[in-house]
Amino acid sequence: MRVQRCKGTRDLSPDEMSRFRLIEEAFRDRCLRWGYREVRTPTIEYLHLFTSAGTLTPSMLERVYSFLDWDGWSGERVVLRPDGTIPIARLYIDTMAGQGLARLFYVTNTFVFEETGRKNRERWQCGTELIGVNTPASDAELIMLALEVLESLKLKNITLRLSHAGLIKALLERLGLNPDEQTRVFDRILDGDTGALAGIKAEKPELDEILLPLLGLKGKSAGFLKNLRAISARSLPEFETHIDSFIAVVSILEDLGCKYQIDIASGAGFEYYTGIIFQLYSGKEKIGGGGRYDDLIPAMGGGDIPASGFALYIDRIIDLLESGTMPKSTGQSVLIRPKGDGEIREAFRAAGRLRDAGCTAELDLGRVESAKARWRLDIRDRSPQYVLRDLISKSEIETRTFDEILVIIEGKSGHQDSPAQRPPSE
Amino acid sequence: MDIKIALPKGRLLNKTASLLQLAGWGMDGYHEKARLYNLKSSAYPDISAKMFHERDIPIQVAIGNYDLGICGSDWIEELLVKYPSSAVVKVRDLGYGMGGLYMTAGQAGVSMSSLRRKAGRGAVRIVSEYANLAESFALRERLGRFSIFPVWGGAEAYPPEDADLALISGRASMVPIARVLDFSACLIANRNSWGTKEFDEVIASICENCDQLPAEEAMPDEGGGREVVPRTVETGKDGLVRLALPDGHQQLPLLRLLEKAGIKIEDYPSPAGNRRPVINIEGVAVKVIRPQDMPLQVANGNFDLAVTGKDWVADHLCQFPSSPVKEVLALKSGRVRIVAVVSQEMPVENAADLRKLIDGMAFPFRVASEYVNIADRYARDNHFGRYRVIPTWGATEAFLPDDADLLIENTETGGTIARHNLKIIDTLFESTACLISNVRIRAGSPKGEKVKNIVETIRKVLEDR
Repeated sequence: MRVQRCKGTRDLSPDEMSRFRLIEEAFRDRCLRWGYREVRTPTIEYLHLFTSAGTLTPSMLERVYSFLDWDGWSGERVVLRPDGTIPIARLYIDTMAGQGLARLFYVTNTFVFEETGRKNRERWQCGTELIGVNTPASDAELIMLALEVLESLKLKNITLRLSHAGLIKALLERLGLNPDEQTRVFDRILDGDTGALAGIKAEKPELDEILLPLLGLKGKSAGFLKNLRAISARSLPEFETHIDSFIAVVSILEDLGCKYQIDIASGAGFEYYTGIIFQLYSGKEKIGGGGRYDDLIPAMGGGDIPASGFALYIDRIIDLLESGTMPKSTGQSVLIRPKGDGEIREAFRAAGRLRDAGCTAELDLGRVESAKARWRLDIRDRSPQYVLRDLISKSEIETRTFDEILVIIEGKSGHQDSPAQRPPSE
Repeated sequence: MDIKIALPKGRLLNKTASLLQLAGWGMDGYHEKARLYNLKSSAYPDISAKMFHERDIPIQVAIGNYDLGICGSDWIEELLVKYPSSAVVKVRDLGYGMGGLYMTAGQAGVSMSSLRRKAGRGAVRIVSEYANLAESFALRERLGRFSIFPVWGGAEAYPPEDADLALISGRASMVPIARVLDFSACLIANRNSWGTKEFDEVIASICENCDQLPAEEAMPDEGGGREVVPRTVETGKDGLVRLALPDGHQQLPLLRLLEKAGIKIEDYPSPAGNRRPVINIEGVAVKVIRPQDMPLQVANGNFDLAVTGKDWVADHLCQFPSSPVKEVLALKSGRVRIVAVVSQEMPVENAADLRKLIDGMAFPFRVASEYVNIADRYARDNHFGRYRVIPTWGATEAFLPDDADLLIENTETGGTIARHNLKIIDTLFESTACLISNVRIRAGSPKGEKVKNIVETIRKVLEDR
């Protein structure tokens, strides 16, 4: 029988894993500096947490991994977490209610049922949630934080696309769609169907001749939104509230020198979004997104608490990281080779001391020669006991005392690359 | 070139047989009393056909065991709504076997908005044979918190006490909330076979003749003329004992036993399909449901006492080891053995031989059974490596040897098994009818006393015999 990986899943090799950790560390580092605190929620949650109205679109819900629990005769089902934000909102309501503002972040996997196995069924994301505040500055904070993480990862061609869920909803209402149609089109937009708005026009040619084409346009400044406000101010005051809140956020972004595109028709995201929606791209690849979801916690029974958040897609960023982004290891690596069984004890001891001194010390177990080490330390059965070989310069030093070895290795520390990290031409 | 086709038993059989007759297939073995499920066509020697429960047909075609199939589009949608990329192509609506699936309630005054309100407080319970369509409905209608109870049949018996909604074929005597789907018999093909095999003649013979079938009368429940039976909701009564009695072949021996115990039940078995017969014991309400569904219904507290089979209790406990269901009395009727069955040709005599055989197999070993949880447990306990359990809805013996490698089946005499050229390699356990109850019913409470009295009355009769 052939051993197989389950379809639609991915292994992470040591190289990919070190890139994964790099992203995670960059994200954690930035979040901690901005005052966010890390949380972790369980992989399994109740299904009804996600089915409650207005939390995920039906097309997302049809693809959750759900199953009866061991005591599921009551029909209660559990799911493998299909989304990162809803569990955090649940955690906030469960354990942090009444504590006011919370800055939280997480690194987690989410699961989606995908029967063909051509797409990933398990996805990794790192995300933040800013709970208990709904000022324009809080929206700008999340966007700036997300951009800062991506910048620290040296990703190229980052673009920021903005839309506004409140504006889309008000627009669908203005277009005279009935509530069912509104929900359906909104869901299509959120599922990433950028043609959804244009589609309505084709289906209902009698609809507003002016508003629809204008919303199809793309803008790059607050001026664009102000123009939009000018033509809609009198006809729909509700429209104006959303545009004003939108303008307030982009004005801050502009002051901070942040570049963005406004594209109202592309609001991909979650049904729980109520305000600004933002998407992050590297070239054509979408690598993250977020938005404001002021109605989610109230809908879950957690009281009138606004919130917003974003997530970065680790699986996609792993493939985009350039090798130059990987940090150079500053410690020295040493391969330790005992002469015979009699020297094993000393080899372990020497390795321990080297590790304590900040080196990577690997024992030569006889099967493979490590090509990555910077040094080789031979432990002999006669005096002088230690022979240290510099694998770059090929020079050798014999010595009786271990301290001398530490001095030599530490003397080189941080000055020279290990062979593995030298360019291949050398 | 071989062409394999899956044909329906049950409701679509007669019309399908007439169609194939018009099409000149010469498939004489395809009739209601067929004792063998493998069929040949005298006109098309390439065709080999097998009879299945209608519900199995889309799955058998999708996984490629059959090139073609005829079944109701309700079961095709039940598959596709959950697994939209299944390899099934709908070739032609055959114009018979028409009906509608309705989401129904058991009392007036239920609407989508009242259900959504209920979903805000607790779970909306939906029973159906069409579990996937029921779930899809609940998601689309944004019911929030809901539970789906898949049942083997008799879904209309559950609301309003034991479920809020039932998704059923036709409206029966229920209050329709939504029409979910219109269906009719449909010719389907496996997508890969459709793309690679040449069966144009066979398809043409069906398509050219399906218009010749006599037009169908509207389904009786489609007229909307039937009145809703007013129902009294009895769950609120203190100490009321809710008793579930089986439909199907267990009814007559059970009736005789109850009569001896002085328990009379009016209109059971009911020729009109009444699922709420009346019992001559004060404070006991009776419903008639499928024995397969009873353990789950007793576990979740909808019923306090039920007459089912030990086989279904065992299957339930394999799925839910901590279930509060317990057997309180073994009856003597309905005696069967639950056995492991393979084809006569398979060179094995017991489970150990089978494990050795499976170790050398390149493809997953297939276990077909109505008892999916018992089958799964049996395969696991015997270390059958990579295996798949194929759920079936009856006529499981037809699955060997082509469409499964092992069956977990019940047998009374072994006759059906021998007739299908199969052999028994293991007996898992012996099953009889039994009374089950819920361990959470407190002894000494009014309900507990009443349950105990009924059980003791029946026990006496059994001991006297």
